[in-house]
Amino acid sequence: MAALRSSSRLLATASRSAFKPAVFTRSMATVGDATNQADPKNSSVSKMKKFQIYRWNPDQPTEKPKMQTYELDLNKTGPMVLDALVRIKNEIDPTLTFRRSCREGICGSCAMNINGTNTLACLCRIPTDTADMKVYPLPHTYVVKDLVPDLTHFYKQYKSIKPYLQRDTPEYRQSKADRRKLDGLYECILCACCSTSCPSYWWNQEEYLGPAILLQSYRWIIDSRDERLSERKAALDNSMSLYRCHTILNCTRTCPKGLNPGLAIAEIKKEMAF
Amino acid sequence: MNVSRVGVRALQQGAKPNVFFSQNLLASPSTPSRPGVPAAPPPSTNKLTKTTCDDTSSPASTNKITENDAQSLLAAQRRQRPISPHLQVYDPTQTWFGGSIWNRITGSVFSGGLYIFGATYLAAPLLGWHIESASMAAAFGSLPLAVKGSLKFLMAWPFAFHGINSMRHLTWDTAKGFSKKSVMSGGYAILGASVVSALGMVLFF
Repeated sequence: MAALRSSSRLLATASRSAFKPAVFTRSMATVGDATNQADPKNSSVSKMKKFQIYRWNPDQPTEKPKMQTYELDLNKTGPMVLDALVRIKNEIDPTLTFRRSCREGICGSCAMNINGTNTLACLCRIPTDTADMKVYPLPHTYVVKDLVPDLTHFYKQYKSIKPYLQRDTPEYRQSKADRRKLDGLYECILCACCSTSCPSYWWNQEEYLGPAILLQSYRWIIDSRDERLSERKAALDNSMSLYRCHTILNCTRTCPKGLNPGLAIAEIKKEMAF
Repeated sequence: MNVSRVGVRALQQGAKPNVFFSQNLLASPSTPSRPGVPAAPPPSTNKLTKTTCDDTSSPASTNKITENDAQSLLAAQRRQRPISPHLQVYDPTQTWFGGSIWNRITGSVFSGGLYIFGATYLAAPLLGWHIESASMAAAFGSLPLAVKGSLKFLMAWPFAFHGINSMRHLTWDTAKGFSKKSVMSGGYAILGASVVSALGMVLFF
């Protein structure tokens, strides 16, 4: 688990630019990017960027999903993709639908496929190049409307692993070392970025639990206070729930929180084998 | 409360349209997409609801429907939901050109090829075909150099790639080598190593 922790730290430092002062280096949407804010010198030169966004309206179900293009001036837009979406909704097209809440990467509502990989719109900077941005809902999910996926099955799967402490004895003691095993696991916000990046989950999501749920499962398996280890392992001991993972590792590459679902699944497999 | 809302509404109509705000104001009490929630009582701001419903820009409807109707509406809507795009939009280096799918393709080609060749070899005497080692080697030797080289590469690369990538999968089974950096750079390293060793096999065998 120490590896998980250190990798997320590495990521956090790697995303910082060496030349910016510390105040601008937080990767949260609250802090404006100096290059994107309205600057009196640059305000005459508009930085236009096109956003191609997946649209589908349940009120016209016979119409096929389509891509709609919106153009924004980046000088007047916040630095993150979520800022752009909010601005499109406020100023251009109020019918554009997406989930958002915290705008700082802790609620997991704005998970979507941006330029080919799943991430949180609030943690994803708008690239400053002139290429069109492409925004889709999370891949291979049922679309409720526009960028809103139906995650009912995902939450049912989460419920199925019994994500709570199960024990018979009353005391809840835990050593610091045992507590440290949960680092890199408890931070998961269940945004479903990893599960919907996994081709195995695309083809088998009825039965395969997927990386997010398996990471949560491991979080309870490794918890020293939980007393249902054998039941938890028995629930995964079939060909589909766990072993549809073929270490494609799109999950590890896509996780917007820098966690490592691929490693957690490998640890479960090891736990099952020995 | 009502007075202030009406005032805010009037202000808002004069100002630019702001969807989040108007959504809060016009939130439908019985949203059909939430079946678990019982229908809320009608809002106390009846006058307000009426005026906003007459408003042509009103985005939300406030029709009251029963729990059963809401469920069937949801079921009908669910049946028509499209599946969002996946392989066609996801980063191709992680899908079409990922190590995982090519490990499976090369493995299938080799095991499938083995079965096909074995069956053909069994049937060859009956069909009068000559696929013994000696005649195969003679036939291969008579091909032009470029064709020989590329045929050998076509056999050697899948063999090298599958062999090296399988070692990586064995390492992964010990829960090692999962950092994001090694996942990314390891893929390229294995691609390079497989091409180099395939070229080596083409040149020296």
